[in-house]
Amino acid sequence: MLEKEETMSEIKFSKEHEWITVDGEVATIGITKHATELLGDIVFAELPEKGSNVNKDATAGVVESTKAASDVYTPISGEVVDTNQSIVDDPSKINSDPEGDGWFFKLKIKDPAEMNTLMNRDEYDKFAKESAS
Amino acid sequence: MKKTPLYNLHQKHGAKFVQFAGYEMPIQYETGIVKEHITTRNNSGIFDVSHMGQLFLKGGHELTNDLQKIFPIDLAKISINQSKYSFLMKENGGIYDDLIITKLKDGYMIILNAACKDADLNILKSKIGEKYQINLSDNLSLIAIQGPKAKDVLDSLVPGVTKLKFMNGNQFKYKDLDIYITRSGYTGEDGFEISINNKIVENFVEKLIEKGSTMIGLGARDTLRLEAGLCLYGHDLDENTSPIEANLKWAISKSKINEKFPGSEFIKKQYNEGVSKLRVGIKPETKVIARESTKIFDEKDNEIGKVTSGTFGPSVNGPIAMGYIHNDYSKKNTKIFLEVRGKRVPASICEMPFYKKNYVREGGDNVRN
Repeated sequence: MLEKEETMSEIKFSKEHEWITVDGEVATIGITKHATELLGDIVFAELPEKGSNVNKDATAGVVESTKAASDVYTPISGEVVDTNQSIVDDPSKINSDPEGDGWFFKLKIKDPAEMNTLMNRDEYDKFAKESAS
Repeated sequence: MKKTPLYNLHQKHGAKFVQFAGYEMPIQYETGIVKEHITTRNNSGIFDVSHMGQLFLKGGHELTNDLQKIFPIDLAKISINQSKYSFLMKENGGIYDDLIITKLKDGYMIILNAACKDADLNILKSKIGEKYQINLSDNLSLIAIQGPKAKDVLDSLVPGVTKLKFMNGNQFKYKDLDIYITRSGYTGEDGFEISINNKIVENFVEKLIEKGSTMIGLGARDTLRLEAGLCLYGHDLDENTSPIEANLKWAISKSKINEKFPGSEFIKKQYNEGVSKLRVGIKPETKVIARESTKIFDEKDNEIGKVTSGTFGPSVNGPIAMGYIHNDYSKKNTKIFLEVRGKRVPASICEMPFYKKNYVREGGDNVRN
């Protein structure tokens, strides 16, 4: 039990409104609740290809609401090891559970030090509030 | 930034506002665009379209004769309280604005797009302003109520409206004030547009909500009109596009083809000889949404057109678009490719509307629009 808890990192956030959690050497990435609120009803999601390598802050997907398209960026570098096809089939999952069932992709982490560039929840909440006003 | 008289009511209902044609307008309310869209299709929705221009022209037969030289619709053939879709035309055959013109007892009422209304007023004034009184109202709001339940909701407040035929209007009373109601709209649903004094509009809309209707924002208005295959001025229509190219030939009266009106030479030529580009419906084969300005290619990589409106259609449950394409490719089921984010997405030309209600329009006059 204790070991498991130690390997699970706290959730971190990027300035592009992605969240990331780390379990061992694999990170799970999605977009934040704040981002979904800005976008409105999400009706389309595009994911990176499994096996592809993505670099920190590069485009790794797309979300579209009825209004507009937005890129999804990866907060850290790595190899895409899994993607959530269920959000492609039902993009409304991203609105209803952005930090759970609405995850986008999993990465095999290239450089764990990149995690240090990201915000914790308090920092992100403050950032989101400031960038919204 | 201007506000409509319903601004406070929008706020009360949790509206998110956007700037649109100089007005702060609700793009959506708390439930969001998709739910608002579905509510309109299944129940009824209220749209504040008070930013649109309500222009009144006073005059009799002579006015009709003078307007015949301006509009490509045969105004002599329409009866009092009947409405028609038409255009304010440019000399090059392009469109300054698309509009709804209604014949009244003592003249005409014209509903204009918000972004064009001031320019339209000046154009009309320059043509016939010395002879007739032309007034762009600033004391009237415009409300649309649309959807299968619209007639019941509105009839409970204004008895008798269900007798109106499609694209016909009449004067009614609400709180001792005159209101003018037409059976029309821009969603592909049965519905009404209500021209009503600013002083009583908030109370009127609150009553419609009490009777079971819901406020709908501009976001859902856009998805509804696109599913219905209807044009949005400034996107699907503009000063360099003719009504024939826009596939709106039906809105040009046959009896006007040999008459003179701005752009009539071009219209006559295109009407008889055809056009090189045409507005068509586009159905992407994947779930990818092709937005406005998306380039269209054939399988040999020739650029053949451009998307002018594209979104996700909640009732179609998929992406839909319309755009202009070289006439050789305008046939139904023609395979085309859309360039979205550097990739070619397969799509095909399809008929519009994308979404069609299986009810008969009451009155059955002109089924279009």
